[in-house]
Amino acid sequence: MEKIIITDTTMRDGSHSVRHQFDLDQVGAIAQALDGAGIDIIEVGHGDGLTGSTCNYGFSKFSDNDQVERAVQSAKNARVAVLLLPGIGTVPDLEEVQARGASVVRVATHVTEADISQQHMQEAKRMGFFVVGFLMMAHRAGVDRVVEEAKKMASYGADVVYVTDSSGAMLPGDVRAKVESMRRAISVPVGFHSHNNLGLALGNSLAAVEAGATYIDGSLGGLGAGAGNTPTEVLVAVLKRSGYPVSQDLYGMIDASEKVLKPILESFGVPAPAIQDPLLLGYAGVYSSFMLHARRAAARFGVDYRDIIMELGRREAVGGQEDWILEIAENLATAR
Amino acid sequence: MNKIKTAIIGPGNIGQDLMIKLSRSELLELTCVVGIMESPGIQRAREMGADASVGGVDYLISKHPEVQIVFEATSAAAHAASSPKLQQAGMFTLDLTPAAIGPYCVPAVNMTEAMLNEPELNMVTCAGQATAPMVAAINAVADVYYAETVSSLASKSAGAGTRANIDEFTQTTRDALQTVGGADKAKAIIVLNPAEPPIFMSNTIYTRVRRVDMPAIEAAAQACVEKLKKYVPGYRLRMKPTLKDPADDIIVSVVEVEGLGDYLPIYAGNLDIINTAAIEIAEAKARQLLRS
Repeated sequence: MEKIIITDTTMRDGSHSVRHQFDLDQVGAIAQALDGAGIDIIEVGHGDGLTGSTCNYGFSKFSDNDQVERAVQSAKNARVAVLLLPGIGTVPDLEEVQARGASVVRVATHVTEADISQQHMQEAKRMGFFVVGFLMMAHRAGVDRVVEEAKKMASYGADVVYVTDSSGAMLPGDVRAKVESMRRAISVPVGFHSHNNLGLALGNSLAAVEAGATYIDGSLGGLGAGAGNTPTEVLVAVLKRSGYPVSQDLYGMIDASEKVLKPILESFGVPAPAIQDPLLLGYAGVYSSFMLHARRAAARFGVDYRDIIMELGRREAVGGQEDWILEIAENLATAR
Repeated sequence: MNKIKTAIIGPGNIGQDLMIKLSRSELLELTCVVGIMESPGIQRAREMGADASVGGVDYLISKHPEVQIVFEATSAAAHAASSPKLQQAGMFTLDLTPAAIGPYCVPAVNMTEAMLNEPELNMVTCAGQATAPMVAAINAVADVYYAETVSSLASKSAGAGTRANIDEFTQTTRDALQTVGGADKAKAIIVLNPAEPPIFMSNTIYTRVRRVDMPAIEAAAQACVEKLKKYVPGYRLRMKPTLKDPADDIIVSVVEVEGLGDYLPIYAGNLDIINTAAIEIAEAKARQLLRS
């Protein structure tokens, strides 16, 4: 199976959730944690893309340029991406952000309006950017139209074209049909960006991967506009469990969400979703009611909750065997 | 009465709409239309009795030296190439592309006799024609230090030229908000909306002002609408100037432009406002020429 490239948009789509108020130290810390966990691409900047800091969309605390620079300084391996919406951002804005180290640009248009991206995509290619085409609100057009618009973006030089479910309105069958048709029609890879408004973000992402998409977006804790995006940490778990090659480390991604993003969200008064502990149950295939017992045992013996759950999975514990939890925790503590 | 002879370069959406508007003018006569290939627009020009050719600007200058006013409705790059030729031929040019070679002219704000003596004037953009007057009106009474506009156009009303030059469109509009509107700083945003039936051109104008005098601002906005209505009858205020947040200095006004429905249907107010503005200037120039 082909490797799945994950773009984390905690700091771009997720910036909506904190009214675009991330400060540079927060950007640096999140970028460092994502990079440490092996993320492929980190997207930063105002939620509405380059120069989105306006009366209309809300003003950012720090400029897109400064955020890009800090993310680039903090990430050793991951590439740093920006979003550009033609009609808001311009080619000169792209030049500035390239000078600060951005190497990926995602050029986004409404699903029926791809031709307004020609100028920006061609210039971005010429400048040496890795260029991603973003067909937003992909639920609004039929399969044929989506394919037609994707072909335009590919002809402008896009290295990847995304089906972007900006409204979180797509159902898995629709995602599959559009991704499959695009795969057949264009020679460049296809991507998928989700929103969880109908609770389908992850299911749709998986449907996209099964239909041939190889670029998927996530955000830590699912932070993002509306009900948020696919949580990157859960996405990594699901892709690994499905057998798709990904370069991320699951524990590292959970730590990025739990230890780095969560305190930042709390400082904004934004509740962080409690998904990290349960996701391990799903990943390891462990009975759900074991979670609270395992947390207590982890605290009692000062061991990592996750190691207890993983061990329960390895031992193929079944419902009713809560008694194993304490023993595993004690053994882990002793083995240290 | 003798009419002033005019020509159109570029018989696309804008050009064909201009043909219809010129046919109604008592001061202007359409003599020649040039393009670079056979097209429905060239055909229409022939049907309307103009000398239509695919010989481009060179044909116009060599065959019709009697033309005194030219409407350039091609692209920024094409106009950059034809501008020196038109200037040398002494043809007063109204540039409807975002080339921005001549000074920006928004008739309701800054058209003067002196301006009519320039070799060419730039018509800014449709969004600039719709929003700069409102910024200028508010600036006059409240001192605008930042203006920001969001112009929504029906997808069907945005032709290939606009689509291929979105950056020029937003940058030119922003510049006009400053030079014509008088804002210290500005930002222009454009959004294309494919909704069916198509939406009217809608413009939201944010102004951040140093003097939050709402009665004066509201009166200025109303007066501005009345002034615009004289040449764009479908220009109307959909939301009067309103503080976005009572504790802040951001004033939001929304104007809608319904077109005359000449070439494209009435939703294409964007096409109408830039063309009616160009005709307004051409007629003022014609009066000047007829006087001398």
